Amino acid sequence: MDFILASLADGLLLGFIYGIAAMGLTLIWGVMNVINLAHGPIIALGMFTVYLLFTFLGIPPYLGVLLAAVFGLLLGIVIYVIAVQRVIDAPHLSSLLATFSVNMIIIGIGTAIFSTSPRNIDLQLWSISLGPVTLQGTRVVASFIAVLVTAGLYYFLYRTRQGKYIRAVANNRAAAELVGIPSNRVLALSFGIGAMLATIAGALIATFLPFNILAGGTYELKSFVIGVLGGLGNPVGALVGGLILGLLEGIVPTFTQTTWVPVIEFVLFVIILLVRPNGLFGAKQ
Amino acid sequence: MKRSFTILLALVLALSLVLAACQPKAPAATETSGGESGGETTAKTQTLVIGFTASQTGKYNVSSGRQVNGLNLWMKQINEAGGIKLSDGTVVTFKAVSYDDESNKDRVQELYTRLATEDNADLLISPYSSGLTAAAAVIAEQYGKVMLTTGAASDATYKQGYTKVFQMYTPASRYLTGAVDLLAKTDPSVKKVAFVYENSKFSTAVVEAAKEYAASKGYDVVLFEGYDPETTDFGPFINKIQDAGAEAILGGGHFQDGSAFARQLYEKNVPVKFVTLLVAPPEPDFADLGDAAVGIIGPSQWEPLAAFKPDFGPTGKEFEDAYMAAYSEEPSYHSAGGYAAGLVLEKAIRDADSTDPDAIKAALDNMDLTLFFGKIKFDTSPEAHGLQIGHSMIYIQWQKDGDKLGKQVVWPEDGATAEVLYPLH
Repeated sequence: MDFILASLADGLLLGFIYGIAAMGLTLIWGVMNVINLAHGPIIALGMFTVYLLFTFLGIPPYLGVLLAAVFGLLLGIVIYVIAVQRVIDAPHLSSLLATFSVNMIIIGIGTAIFSTSPRNIDLQLWSISLGPVTLQGTRVVASFIAVLVTAGLYYFLYRTRQGKYIRAVANNRAAAELVGIPSNRVLALSFGIGAMLATIAGALIATFLPFNILAGGTYELKSFVIGVLGGLGNPVGALVGGLILGLLEGIVPTFTQTTWVPVIEFVLFVIILLVRPNGLFGAKQ
Repeated sequence: MKRSFTILLALVLALSLVLAACQPKAPAATETSGGESGGETTAKTQTLVIGFTASQTGKYNVSSGRQVNGLNLWMKQINEAGGIKLSDGTVVTFKAVSYDDESNKDRVQELYTRLATEDNADLLISPYSSGLTAAAAVIAEQYGKVMLTTGAASDATYKQGYTKVFQMYTPASRYLTGAVDLLAKTDPSVKKVAFVYENSKFSTAVVEAAKEYAASKGYDVVLFEGYDPETTDFGPFINKIQDAGAEAILGGGHFQDGSAFARQLYEKNVPVKFVTLLVAPPEPDFADLGDAAVGIIGPSQWEPLAAFKPDFGPTGKEFEDAYMAAYSEEPSYHSAGGYAAGLVLEKAIRDADSTDPDAIKAALDNMDLTLFFGKIKFDTSPEAHGLQIGHSMIYIQWQKDGDKLGKQVVWPEDGATAEVLYPLH
């Protein structure tokens, strides 16, 4: 029982981070029907932003997360303007290839500059022991920030004018344009926010796990599973999907070999696609 | 769509043809020598050709380069010292002929055939890595050439019935058995051991042998589980280790996973007494873990601070100084392995008092000596001829001296520089 409790706690903490990583991917899909294949490398860039700021400028990692968010937002807008904007109305294959090209460019440049050697941020916080469960401070803080970011995103989307524009464009771009919403600017902002969520997720992961420039790939794949689980285009569904996946990763190793975790995850992915293609919580329309 | 695909395919084929046409017609050999012309015998001087391939390109280029540096340093020193004088007055010097194997097995077989047939190499040294060495060993045996293998820890190569291939490294099957001995000596009361290891051919072979050894010593293996090479989160494994009540952990795989594992064990205050991980701990970058590195033990083929008393060749310090002077970098165990392979050949020729391949092979079969690299003795049984049975891994442990974090050799006892820090918690 102690073992299961400890595993559940670990899974839950990780689930929050998975949730915001997936939220970035799912937001972009929901607003502009683009599968962002550069999501993984953008997560990795978030990791490196915090790492470089901490290692070379001594900026505290949690302040680095904030700067990584700003960097992600700007990077997303730049990627949208350069690579996505022109193919947004083309068939899906065009936007897939465009974002895949961005993926290859970031990985190529990143490998040339940083190599694929592992990096670590030497940040050690307190640990809390609650009976059999030991919670690492870095993971607790990261989960707390993830919850704050989710709440902030929710507030932004539902309570601000820009957020309402984004939801309007997601629902019906032509109608939104008819009522005077500048859809291109809104799409650029949406892509920027999607990338921002990816860099925040990467920055938080870097505070407690080692990484290299290829490390984002794993979280990109998980984001797809979570997106399908929670419903592509549904940010709240993404957070719940992230928590489900985290709990699954915590609980599966308690009764079988840990190497079975990805097998079970992707079997689930296929089953949800077949049975509930809109996800457990329905895709955002 | 179909048309685009056909055009793309045609372009790829055309590019492949262009690249194939750009391949060099014949490999360019690199010759290194401090002596006279290769393969020739004058009245009193004989130059032996030592053939090998180096991975100048491809994934092994760093480790292979260091191995070759070590070998070349030995060759330079022996030639500058006037070579080996045999009792009949013949002076033996050495010349290296090598090619770039591109870290590629097929190239290795092609090039070792060339070394054996066209370059008439008298003796062979292996390429770097177990995979490339396995490919080279077939050729050495086929052409009856004595080959010393270094940078290759796999056991399998020596269980093929070969008679002329000799291993310098401690084989994979004994990589972690020393850690079991160290644990038994340090605390005989410990009984529960967990093995958590990377799911790769090398790591699996190492831990399977260590598990068998631990079981034979009466240990209760409470957990034996592999993880994917990309694993960064060890939370599930740590929970399992705690649930199983393990007192000692053995395993690991490579640098990234090993350092992440060590860090997370520390952050979660896992109450184990003893942790030994493969590959990562001997790396200097392991110190970046700070307090999380303290007490972690790791096996290494060689460490500059190991205090062996050699009965042939230089001390570890002399080798380190000479290597630093020649290459302006610290020698790694790959460098030491290359140099030690040269020393073993030199000793075999001195013991044989001849350059006859059969006499050299017999001298290698009878060899039992200690170098700065550790003990060297080869298995002579038909089942595992040439397998290294003398050399043992050196086990280093990260310890703190005041605020300074550093490595200490804690096993074997004759090479130890400090008492083992025990228990961890």
